[in-house]
Amino acid sequence: MELKTKIHADEGKSDLTITREFDLPVELVFRAHVEPDLFEQWMSHEYGTVRVVKFEPKKHGGWEFETAGADGTVMFSANGTIHEFVPDKKITRTFEMDGSPFDVQLEFLDFDGLSAETSRLTIHSIYRSVELRDQMLKLPFATGLSMAHDRLQTVVAKLI
Amino acid sequence: MNLRRDVFQAIADPTRRAILVLVASQSMTAGAIASNFDTARPTVSKHLQILTECELLDQEQKGREVVYSLNPKKMKEIADFIEPFRKMWDERFNKLEAVMKKYKQGK
Repeated sequence: MELKTKIHADEGKSDLTITREFDLPVELVFRAHVEPDLFEQWMSHEYGTVRVVKFEPKKHGGWEFETAGADGTVMFSANGTIHEFVPDKKITRTFEMDGSPFDVQLEFLDFDGLSAETSRLTIHSIYRSVELRDQMLKLPFATGLSMAHDRLQTVVAKLI
Repeated sequence: MNLRRDVFQAIADPTRRAILVLVASQSMTAGAIASNFDTARPTVSKHLQILTECELLDQEQKGREVVYSLNPKKMKEIADFIEPFRKMWDERFNKLEAVMKKYKQGK
């Protein structure tokens, strides 16, 4: 089976492209990105609940969201500015992780309708350096490790 | 029987993945690598041996210590280094699809 989400990252380049095809009309994929309530639903996961703090869907508008753990502590937050906002077509924005040493990245989100019921989202992310891009690519790999560690600790703690 | 090691078996283990992440930024001695883990030194040595056997790590003798570095050629072979990144987005988008299908029905 072909993978639904594709990552294209050339060796030695400072950008990457994420492509995904959806069994959804393009309007709904776009709406999932701009309605805080919907965005919170699909961005939340078993380790954290996402809350949209600010979202101004317009040129020069700002956005902010945070992820809180089971006890309500904010574990992660990010922010950025919207540079272009074309409903059902395009969002150009910056993305910055708060309290991290990583420089801001530039993201182009292109929404394409393929048919009445299918669509494609392409996210082109540009980083300040090759090293930074590679670090970001490896981040889930690294956090996956620490999460596995945490889970192990929880299991072990129950045994003691 | 000596089982042939393959890269996927090698990266299946969390400690070995952690070693790869460590060595990815700079070459390190076995001692320096081991100091990052609570695991006993011989266990770390065993992991290093497995990673070296399947050519994910290069070994170089420097004085009394062995220095380990990442073999970028082999790492390139396994695009799996970025697989967790792809999987993270894939899971997010699967959820987006589920949330929006429900939303569509509810309208």
